[in-house]
Amino acid sequence: MAPIPTERDLRLDLFRGLALWLIFLDHIPSNAVSWITIRNYGFSDATEIFVFISGYTAAFVYGRAMQANGFVVATARVLKRAWQIYVAHVFLFAIYLAEIAYVAHSFDNPLFTEEMGVLDFMKNPDVTILQALLLKFKPVNMDVLPLYIMLLLWFSPILWLLLRAPSLALIASAGLYTLMWIFEWNFAAYPSGTWVFNPFAWQLLFVFGAWCALGGAQRLTRWTNSPAVVGLAVAYLLFAFGIAMTWYIPRLGVFVPKIVGEAIYPIDKTNLDVLRILHFLSLAVITVWLVPRDWPALKSRVFWPAIACGQHSLEVFCLGVFLAFAGHFVFTEVSNRLVTHVIVSVSGIAIMVAAAAMVSWYRRVERQGPGPRPPTTKPGYAGGDA
Amino acid sequence: MMRRLAFLLALLVPAMLEQTWPAKSENAPEHPAECRVAAPQIEHEFPLPQVARALAAKQLSILVVGAGSSLLPGANGAKNAYPARLQHALAEKLPGVDVKVVTDVKSRRSAAEMAKALPPELAAAKPALVVWQTGTVDAMQGIDLDQFSHALDRGINSARSAGADVVFINPQYSPRTESMIALGTYAENMRWVAVQQEVPLFDRFSIMKLWADLGTFDLYSATKKLDMAERVHDCIGRLLADLVFEAARPSEPHAEGGR
Repeated sequence: MAPIPTERDLRLDLFRGLALWLIFLDHIPSNAVSWITIRNYGFSDATEIFVFISGYTAAFVYGRAMQANGFVVATARVLKRAWQIYVAHVFLFAIYLAEIAYVAHSFDNPLFTEEMGVLDFMKNPDVTILQALLLKFKPVNMDVLPLYIMLLLWFSPILWLLLRAPSLALIASAGLYTLMWIFEWNFAAYPSGTWVFNPFAWQLLFVFGAWCALGGAQRLTRWTNSPAVVGLAVAYLLFAFGIAMTWYIPRLGVFVPKIVGEAIYPIDKTNLDVLRILHFLSLAVITVWLVPRDWPALKSRVFWPAIACGQHSLEVFCLGVFLAFAGHFVFTEVSNRLVTHVIVSVSGIAIMVAAAAMVSWYRRVERQGPGPRPPTTKPGYAGGDA
Repeated sequence: MMRRLAFLLALLVPAMLEQTWPAKSENAPEHPAECRVAAPQIEHEFPLPQVARALAAKQLSILVVGAGSSLLPGANGAKNAYPARLQHALAEKLPGVDVKVVTDVKSRRSAAEMAKALPPELAAAKPALVVWQTGTVDAMQGIDLDQFSHALDRGINSARSAGADVVFINPQYSPRTESMIALGTYAENMRWVAVQQEVPLFDRFSIMKLWADLGTFDLYSATKKLDMAERVHDCIGRLLADLVFEAARPSEPHAEGGR
C-alpha cells in the first residue's frame, strides 16, 4: 500500500475555489461577467476542475481513514458525506421551488405563454417532489450534486481497489467509461431524458483524481514535466481556443475544414466528451508546470479567499447556486445593466468568501472544544473537506 | 429612467446600423426602426432553391410548423402572430407573387411530435418552404439531446422529400424563465443540425436578446397586455421575410460567412 501524503496540497483548494467562483458566474443566466470564465475559451469548463479535485480530495481524506480505521469505518464516513450532499441538494430544490412559485405568481406576459409551461410541474407536486427526492427531476443548474452523490455512493469499493491495485482501478474506470459510450448507459430522468451529468462518464475524472492523490501524480511527474508534453498541451489549448473563437465570430468558421467540424461536433458535456477530457488534462499539465506545490505565494493573503472557498466546497457550492438564483432575480427585478452584472458577480463572490471564512472559523472553534488545547494540525492545512 | 435612456439608444443604434445594411431603407416607411438588427444575426448563408423556383413561378406557399411561441392569444391572435405577419411582409416585398402561408401550430409540442405530424401537413399544403419553430418544449421537458437531433433530421428529410426547403427558428429569449429552462444545449444542437443539413437558421434567440439589451423591447415586463407581444411578432415576421427573400435570391452567391 502506498503511503498517502499527509500535507494537503493547497493548489487543490485554490483551484477548486476558483472553479466554484466560475461555476457561480456561469450559473447566472446572461451574466455579462461570465465572459471571463474558461468555458468560453476552450472545450472544458469549471465542472471538470471541480469533479477532478473532488475525487482527489475524497481519496486523500477517506484513503487515510481507510488505512487507519479500515474499510467499514471509511465507508461509513463516505456515505455520511453523500447524505450531507443529498440534504444540501434537497435544500437547494426548496429554494428553486420558492423562486419558481414567485415567478409563476407575478409574471404573465402573453409573449411567453409557452415558456410559462415550465411552471406546470407545480400543478402535480405529488409526482414532482417525489421525483426530485429520487434525484430524477432535474432543475436547471442543479445537476452537479446528484452526480457527486452518485460518485460517492460507489466510491468506497473503488477506493479499496485504488489502495491495492491503483492501475487496475484506473483501467476499470476507463473501461466503464468506454462501455458507457458503446451501450449509451445513463440514468433516466423525469419527465424524460437522462441525467445532465452522466455518472458513468464523469466517474472517470473523479477516479483519475483519486488515483492522482494516491501516488499517481508522482508517477506522472516524469511525463508532466517533459517539454514535449507541455508543448502538446499548449498546442491543444491553442487549437481549442481557435475553435472556440468560431463560436463567437462565425466568419472564422471558414478556416475550420468541414472534416474537422464533423469530427469534433457536437462536443458532448453530458457524457464527458474525450475532447473535454483532453482539454482539462492540458490545462492541468500547464497549471502543474506553472504552479509548483511549494510555491510560497500559496500561503499569501492574495490566494487565501479562493483557498478558503475550495476548502469548504459543499457549503460554498450550495451558496453559489442560491446566489446565482438571487443574482438572476436582481437582473429581472431591479436592473439589467452591465454595472449591475459586475456588482452582482463581485458581491456574490465576496459573500462566498465570507461564508467560507465563517465556516473555517466555526470549525476551528468547534475543534478546540471547551478548554484550551494545542492545535493538532498545522495552520493553513486545517479545515479542509473532502 | 434607465429604460428610457436605453430606448433612446435603441432608436439611435438602428439608425447607425442602416449604413451597414442599406438595402433595407427602400421599405423604410413600413419597416419600424425598432426591428433592425445587425446583419450577422440573420443567417442566410444557405440557399433556398425550392423557394427560388416558386418565386420564378410567381406562387409561394409556406408551411409554418411551430409550438406555443408561434401563437398569440386573443381574438386577433392568428392575425397578429408572426406567421401572418410573414405573409404580409413577403407579399409586400414580392409584388406579383401569390404568397400563401398555412400553419400547423399547437402549443407544447416537442420536435419529435412536430416531425411526426409533418408528412400529412406537407401532403395537404404542398409548400415550397417549411418554417420550423422548435426547441423550447424539448428544453422544458429535458428531452434526450440525441432524440432531439434525430427529430430535427427526420423533419428536414420529410420536408425535402416532399420538395420543400426548410428554415429553422430557434427558441425565444425569455429572460424571466432563463434560470428555469436550459435552452443552451438545445439551441447548440439545433445550430449544429442546421449547419450539417445546410438549413438557414433564423436566430430568434439572439435577435430578441439584442432587443432586450438595446432596450428595443422590455422583455422583462410583467405586463398582461398584448401590444408588445404583437410588435415583437410583427418584427419577427418582417425579419423572417428578409431572410427568405435574401436566401431565395437566385443570382447572388451566398459565399459570405461561415460556409
